[in-house]
Amino acid sequence: MFLILILLAIAMAAVSGLPGFVLRRSTHGCERIAAAGMAGAACVGMAGAAGGMLGLGSETLAFRWPAVGGGSVGLDALSAFFLVPIFLIGGLGPIYGLGYWPHRRHPANGRRLRLFWGMLVAGMALLVIARHAMIFLLGWELMALSAFFLVSTEDHHPASRQAGWIYLIATHVSTLMLFALFAVWRLATGTFAMEPAATQALGPGMTNLCMGLALVGFGVKAGVMPLHFWLPGAHANAPSHVSAIMSGVVIKTGVYGMIRWCALLPDAISAWGALVLLLGALSGVLGVVFAIGQHDLKRLLAYHSVENIGIILMGLGVALLGRAVYRPEWVTLGFGACLLHVWNHSLFKPLLFFCAGAVTQAAHTHQMDRLGGLAKRMPWTAAFFLVGAVAICGLPPLNGFVSEWLLYLGLLRGAAGAAGGALAALIGVPALAMIGALALACFVKVTGTVFLGAPRTRSAGAAREVALCGRVSMAVLAVGCAGIGVWPSGVAPALDAATGCWLQGTGLDAMPLARAVPLGVIPLLALLLAACVALIVWRLRCWKAVAAPRRSLTWDCGYARPDARMQYTAGSFARTLVLLFRGVLRPADLRPRVETLFPDPTHAHSHVDEAVLDRVLVPAGRKIEEAFAWFHRFHRGLTQHYVFYVLAVLLVFLCTLFPFRHMVSVWLKQCVER
Amino acid sequence: MLDNLIHIAVLLLVPPLLPGVIAKTKAWFAGRDGPPLFQPYYDIAKCLRRGWVVSETTTWIFLAGPVVTLAATLLAGLMVPLGRAHAPIAFTGDLVLFAYLFGLARFFTTSAALDTGSAFEGMGAAREVTFACLSEPALFFAFLVLAKISGAFSLTPMLHAPTVAFSAGIAAPLILILIGLFIVLLAETCRIPVDDPNTHLELTMIHEAMVLDHSGPLFGIILYAAAMKMLVLGTLVLQVLVPFLPGRDVLRGPLFLVLLVALAVLIGGVESVMARLKMRHVPYLLVGALLFCGFGFILLIR
Repeated sequence: MFLILILLAIAMAAVSGLPGFVLRRSTHGCERIAAAGMAGAACVGMAGAAGGMLGLGSETLAFRWPAVGGGSVGLDALSAFFLVPIFLIGGLGPIYGLGYWPHRRHPANGRRLRLFWGMLVAGMALLVIARHAMIFLLGWELMALSAFFLVSTEDHHPASRQAGWIYLIATHVSTLMLFALFAVWRLATGTFAMEPAATQALGPGMTNLCMGLALVGFGVKAGVMPLHFWLPGAHANAPSHVSAIMSGVVIKTGVYGMIRWCALLPDAISAWGALVLLLGALSGVLGVVFAIGQHDLKRLLAYHSVENIGIILMGLGVALLGRAVYRPEWVTLGFGACLLHVWNHSLFKPLLFFCAGAVTQAAHTHQMDRLGGLAKRMPWTAAFFLVGAVAICGLPPLNGFVSEWLLYLGLLRGAAGAAGGALAALIGVPALAMIGALALACFVKVTGTVFLGAPRTRSAGAAREVALCGRVSMAVLAVGCAGIGVWPSGVAPALDAATGCWLQGTGLDAMPLARAVPLGVIPLLALLLAACVALIVWRLRCWKAVAAPRRSLTWDCGYARPDARMQYTAGSFARTLVLLFRGVLRPADLRPRVETLFPDPTHAHSHVDEAVLDRVLVPAGRKIEEAFAWFHRFHRGLTQHYVFYVLAVLLVFLCTLFPFRHMVSVWLKQCVER
Repeated sequence: MLDNLIHIAVLLLVPPLLPGVIAKTKAWFAGRDGPPLFQPYYDIAKCLRRGWVVSETTTWIFLAGPVVTLAATLLAGLMVPLGRAHAPIAFTGDLVLFAYLFGLARFFTTSAALDTGSAFEGMGAAREVTFACLSEPALFFAFLVLAKISGAFSLTPMLHAPTVAFSAGIAAPLILILIGLFIVLLAETCRIPVDDPNTHLELTMIHEAMVLDHSGPLFGIILYAAAMKMLVLGTLVLQVLVPFLPGRDVLRGPLFLVLLVALAVLIGGVESVMARLKMRHVPYLLVGALLFCGFGFILLIR
């Protein structure tokens, strides 16, 4: 029943962009049709997902597909959990796009964008409900290719094209790993069906091989630290609502893949938990450190996705450890943190990207050092951005705090328990604390330079608030952030159901989240905090009545004519931290040399390159290109040559039909006889 | 109930005494008379009655800085036990909320500083958030040690455990985290050797530079919140220190206040005999604190 709803939603999403695509280019109604279609699909899909999550039994639907031996799709609590963000952001994006990417301003690529948006959402939903390797791969490729077309929406910009190509390469590396994974799976279990493997069926060797392939294949998609190289460029060069769905939802399919495969391999040893935890800590700390070095607002947000995936993986690592050593409370806390952070990140990251899009639209740049003072010109966007920033830093009373709190508790329980848990805590707790403090530094920098102070350029000074549909979609996400933050008990049933689903076949009983942590105190504390703030503000109002504040210039240590360009910039704010981590960041500085008493005008700048892409992959690619320079002789771009190669290869294969071996053996026999 | 009322009363009334004691100690070291012991009370009261000037570039964030800071500090203060009494708010996992409330305060203080658009305040904010990146892991390492010793995940039992379950085995880790926590206390409350609250050069300050533009009641709130933060973090340090003092079992109620004053004297002493570190050397000190706390945990799990 609910599965049918999901399938219906997938179909609606897939065709939502079609009417607009086939209509005439000058028609304005097409964007409304697409947005309405996606909103409808989102409503139907959310209804189905809600049904799936409320534990109304898991459903499976098998159908005939002779080519691959029958396919099947299914809906359980885990799938339903991931369907919620897919349909939420999938539905909100086109509504935001009505104001942000209107047809009248982007007649050329707007139709294509809306078509592939629907396909992307359909692909993601399909892979989440797939119970058969081929269906999974179908959804996966549909998602990967639509995302490619979405990233390269503005393909008249070279940067956008390049980001698209890098993304395409990365996503196909991931797909290749998945081909290998499914082949191994077929070899070991004899089927393409994604059912939990029986203990005897897979030996430890096969289990480890599958885990390794899954970790790399899904890790590329999720953007885990050494494999994240495609992510900053793709997020920074896409339109903002595309960045929002890429960062908020698409990379989560990688997380879903990992989680699903961990469920399929219940015998994975605890070392995998430790490895995932370690990778998570690495991704988390390095992701945020690289974010601090960025000057481009969207690139910075992209690196924060790497950080948040790190936090999610840390939760998964704790859960895997707990599952391997039979500690239900570690599993509950770790897996709860992992899943809740998936939701949280898919709320606050799209919110931040929507705000970034609004800023770009209003001020025509996303270079932070060319912005400033937008809080006065765009009060709504600034307030929503602040909500997102506080949430992503994991600060109370918003949702980021709740998931980090669960993760801390999981790690602390590990510390108080066995020796392995203590080691996990030794890595995890300080890493998480450092991630929190660094994220705070980063988002104070962003909020301060973009929204506070005085506008640094004329275009920033002329910014106007965005259209109503943009503000509404931001408001929905902001309310979600606040809702989960203030009342986490509301999502506990969904988390419990998903944890129970994940633990099926392990012989380990899921412990309800409410028994592991006192979720009930959070609303009271939020209320108390709000009461304290209200009390102080009220007192302040009384004093304000006594002595009204006087408006004047910023004091600035007595300087009489402060200028907007005298403000602290994003680069100078982050300078100390960048230098503290210069070992990994390797900031490239261009410093002016001041020599004479009256020096000429000069300039300075400092930037941080993408470590893996710019310092490993590109040089390595160049080396390989040099080493294979001789190959260019065969590779000249003449069609005739290629036809000849085809012919030659065909001839070689045809030669294998000759009975060479027989001839050789006859000849040898003759030799011996002679 | 009475315990809770006393806790709230101490939390609200005692904080400004500590900066007063520090100032008096420094004056004594320098051979001066110094300001009266209760000078910070007079200062705050005067600030609250004065008029204020607000910069034209600012928004509501400028106001939110001091307000949220005070509210968050107050809430955090309700979670640490003063002496042997229980804290008014205690639940599993409150230690995370405790640390993150200070994070919330930091977010709004530094944002308020950037709201003015002044380079000096930007500098102060940048330093504040940078140094917190090292002191926060140190604090969490200390919490890990206390959680391991007590087997509990709430500040009240965690901070009582060193005294209640004191043994030779946990003495070394406790000493290590004591050193670490003391450094964190100095850094977070902006004392020498990390920050000099009395310097007259804005370029070299951290906390005072951030609040250059706040005046009148807002500045009064900031002074009050800073003093309260010192009391809260000082309590944390004292709870780890108490097991090493003679007569640790009788240290409850009023005697704990005496200890707090003694801690303020100690901070004043440190301020008198040391100079402020160069800004680029501060991270080394904080990394030192991090390592002390980390080794404390490793000693415990070996």
